[in-house]
Amino acid sequence: MQIQIDITKTLRSGARTFALRARLASASQRIVVYGPSGAGKSMLLKAVAGLMTPDHGRIEIAGRCLYDSVDGIDLAPQRRKLAYLFQDYALFPHLNVRQNIAFGLQRGWRNPLARVDGEAVRYWLQAFELEHVAQQLPHQLSGGQRQRVALARALAPEPAALLLDEPFAALDPALRQRMRAELDTLQRRLGIPMILITHDPDDVSAFGDHVLRMENGSMADIENLELVERNEA
Amino acid sequence: MDSFLAEPAWIALRLSLKVACWATLLDLVFGVALGYLLARKRFPGRELLDALLTLPMVMPPTVLGYYLLVVIGRHGPLGAWLQQTFGINLIFTWQAAVIAAAVVAFPLVLKGARAAFETVDTQLEQAAKVLGISPFGVFLRVTLPLAWRGVLGGTLLAFARSMGEFGATLMVAGSIPGKTQTLSIAVYEAVQAGQDDTANLLVLITSVVCIVVLVAANKLTPNRNPQA
Repeated sequence: MQIQIDITKTLRSGARTFALRARLASASQRIVVYGPSGAGKSMLLKAVAGLMTPDHGRIEIAGRCLYDSVDGIDLAPQRRKLAYLFQDYALFPHLNVRQNIAFGLQRGWRNPLARVDGEAVRYWLQAFELEHVAQQLPHQLSGGQRQRVALARALAPEPAALLLDEPFAALDPALRQRMRAELDTLQRRLGIPMILITHDPDDVSAFGDHVLRMENGSMADIENLELVERNEA
Repeated sequence: MDSFLAEPAWIALRLSLKVACWATLLDLVFGVALGYLLARKRFPGRELLDALLTLPMVMPPTVLGYYLLVVIGRHGPLGAWLQQTFGINLIFTWQAAVIAAAVVAFPLVLKGARAAFETVDTQLEQAAKVLGISPFGVFLRVTLPLAWRGVLGGTLLAFARSMGEFGATLMVAGSIPGKTQTLSIAVYEAVQAGQDDTANLLVLITSVVCIVVLVAANKLTPNRNPQA
């Protein structure tokens, strides 16, 4: 099994409650969780990354247990070795492209220097064609460049899995097609498991080796992909 | 202006600067820590703590001075302990003036720091955590660099406020020329004694220092930040 998730979490705000019951077991490396916004998709990713603690359950990725309420395992986000691509990328606005990419490579209390160099930094700058903007700040970049910097930053520390939160939602349609193709190639080359959450049916058809639908906190496998496309398109 | 007037003024200015610097340093350390706590942590009594720490901004400085006397005075809980354990007496020393100025100016640093930390997107901190950075590393590498302008703005205001502190300082440190008589207290003494020339000089010095600090504080307001 590449990915095994079985968690519950109940959130209360005033009189309203939201119950997340996420169940997922997959031998596939490419998992797409599809559903409307507010379905609990981001919560699921946050739980996998350790940014939110479930009430009960177990999370296992590529043979590593990250969380188990019975055994009392709950790895800190720092120790989960995951790549997390946030929907609006969450690039560090005070650091240039080089420093953003090198951020996770340099531990400790100081940020990488503005001229930071190293094999991994050079590799990702080249792989994503970012050399000419290496000294620029995030707000000076285009949408596609920002996404590539965010991906490079997440992948540089050689993570064990890739978590993607609506990765293409912030891009214009033409760029979206291109970045999908790029991510597709990249994931095959890295060979690490990937969980992508989206409300866009096009993402489902592009990455859907194993597709689940999430609604109101619950999820179920989708057997017939064509049904998704016909209903939503 | 004869030099005989200038010298006590110079001494009072130096004392005021020394007191304000130490008070500001204390406020900076505690203001950043507590401002971060109030901005990021959820705990019962959070807003009550904020209100209590903001009290010095609205309370009469004399009331504050009285509270301080009760706490650090010879018979106060902290004062008695310091006296017995280390033989330290704070009342009527310049260190007491530092404590008075620090308490009065503290809300300015706290408010500035809390507001500055609250503007930092928590998602950036989460991104840093997932990248393997320790909590303190996240604070030093992400939170503080994005909030420092607001923190520094509040700190400069606190410095200006410390320079002008009068009521609480007079109560706990007194007015000993050359020892605890700060600029603002020297102004009061000069006016009381009818020494108008001295008073004029002291008032001029205080005004210039405060204006310089305020201009600097304005330059650092967060909305001038290019990232905003």
